[in-house]
Amino acid sequence: MGRYVARRLLLTIPVMLGASILIFAMVYALPGDPIRALAGDRPVSPAVVQVLTERFHLDDPLWVQYWEYLKGLFQGDLGTDFRGRPVLDTIERTLPVTIRLTIVAVIFEIIIGLAAGVLAGIRRNSFFDNLVLVSTTVIVAIPILVLAFIAQLLFGLKLGWFPIAGTREGWYSYVLPGLVLASGSLAYVARLTRTSIAENLRADFVRTAKAKGLPPRRIIVQHTLRNSLIPVVTFIGADIGALLGGAIVTETVFNLPGIGREVFDAIRAQEGAVVVGIVTLMVFFFIFFNLVVDVLYAVLDPRIRYD
Amino acid sequence: MTDQQQADLRKDEIEAGTTTGLASPSVDVTSDRQNSLWSDAWVALKRNPFFWIGAVLTVVFTVMAIVPQLFARGQDPRACDLANSRGLPSAEHWFGYDVQGCDYLATVVYGARNSLIIGIFAVVVILVLGVAVGAIAGYFGGVTDGVLSRIADIFYALPLILGALVLLRVGPETSIPIINSRGPGAVALALALFGWMTAMRLVRSQVIAVRNSDYVAAARAMGAGNTRILVRHILPNAVAPVLVYTTITIGVIIAAEATLTYLGVGLQRPAFSWGLQIEAGQDAIRSAPHLVLFPSIVLTLTVMAFILMGDALRDALDPRQRA
Repeated sequence: MGRYVARRLLLTIPVMLGASILIFAMVYALPGDPIRALAGDRPVSPAVVQVLTERFHLDDPLWVQYWEYLKGLFQGDLGTDFRGRPVLDTIERTLPVTIRLTIVAVIFEIIIGLAAGVLAGIRRNSFFDNLVLVSTTVIVAIPILVLAFIAQLLFGLKLGWFPIAGTREGWYSYVLPGLVLASGSLAYVARLTRTSIAENLRADFVRTAKAKGLPPRRIIVQHTLRNSLIPVVTFIGADIGALLGGAIVTETVFNLPGIGREVFDAIRAQEGAVVVGIVTLMVFFFIFFNLVVDVLYAVLDPRIRYD
Repeated sequence: MTDQQQADLRKDEIEAGTTTGLASPSVDVTSDRQNSLWSDAWVALKRNPFFWIGAVLTVVFTVMAIVPQLFARGQDPRACDLANSRGLPSAEHWFGYDVQGCDYLATVVYGARNSLIIGIFAVVVILVLGVAVGAIAGYFGGVTDGVLSRIADIFYALPLILGALVLLRVGPETSIPIINSRGPGAVALALALFGWMTAMRLVRSQVIAVRNSDYVAAARAMGAGNTRILVRHILPNAVAPVLVYTTITIGVIIAAEATLTYLGVGLQRPAFSWGLQIEAGQDAIRSAPHLVLFPSIVLTLTVMAFILMGDALRDALDPRQRA
């Protein structure tokens, strides 16, 4: 296992480098004059242009710029935006919002998704089972953008239960965006749990448990559920990595100042350092949680061995 | 095929959504008549109500994209009167009016064309890229496979919307044709560029799965070259999962296009696009919620049409799912 983890960790290095080069190239290699964009209509003196150009290595070839960036990165310096604010500060300011949003979303996935999946899986072909099937099919097909507006209209404006923008009401303001963000994964968790439980109920070890006269409750909880949850736990694990990076739409519509909205604002303003910094962080989350999940799989399911 | 390869294949298929990967193999060999995969699939499809809902919706929206006039109830989406601004739905004007006072039903109906064009164009590019790269990686293996798979990993780690967002933001300032056009072609290409990896992995897995089979060895013994073996003997095996993936992906791309356009980097005014309509309507969400609601509903139905058909196809084409 140790060797497997080490090899996987080594493999993440080229992927992280590659992803950051890709974003870096798109942001920096293309023409466009960020100094002019920053100044807007005001005239800029040649001296200022020269200082800014040198500080941000705007005249150097791409690979020099990237090398300078990497050197900074290894010293914990992600660079500064054009107003001189360190990118690290921006991340420290916005990341907690995204983490809170992710926590709320995962809680929804676990509570609603798991409960619906377990009940549907135990009572296959019941009314509830069909309800879960149809509603998950519909939810998966609704674009998150549309879902966000429906939630705002229904729960925010019509019913007035939840705030529809900002973070002023603490954790409560995360409920609605968290539910919207979780919706797709929630439906997937429900389906995964349902199929997994239905499969395991037909497995030999469940038949054995029944044959030796165990009470139904124990069969469901100890023998079926614990085995059925393995794919669900790993899906949720991988989803955390995706949620931490994929909330651009939700954060924008609900006006939450997290890294998703921050990176969107930075892309619009062509703040290269901020974009590259945050995207590299997102890629790291994605790869890290996928690695955790693969290891977790072997821990939870003794049939899987990597060495 | 080794156990490891078998496991990889399952994992790729699950990630692509072409199988749930949970059902155990149960093929009924005692049946007196052996049907082909496709005729079995058709029998299963015909009985699936979700497939018919998806198919009917797809036909409706395809016709809407080709001849929007049929659905616009005689209204011209460019003939606007500011006096009607934000007018509510009525018997005459089912969807009411938008901010500019244009008939909203006509405006929404005309949006279907761009969505479908982008969905189909992007998926064609994804297929070409995915099949080509996947087949090469899977068939030649070794270093070729290693390099191509790492490149796919790199793209895979970037969220689709995020990658396309960056490319479309800087695209208009470049001299790359199509990408700098701010049109449907640019949006489709950007989405394809950050969305080809799953198709590639799918094809690669299938190619590895059949590469060492006896009939491929037989073809080689008869003197068939690499290209012929790939095209005639290996790729046809990948058609079923790729077809499922393609159908679902058209829906996913249409949703992504609306999102990018909503975020301001996709299609630009005066194009007809549901993303633009949602974006324009959100400012009036309190006083005229129908401006957000109608394009949202139509967008959702379009996306749902393709996802429903893809789901039904998957259930029909995956013999492992049949109990």
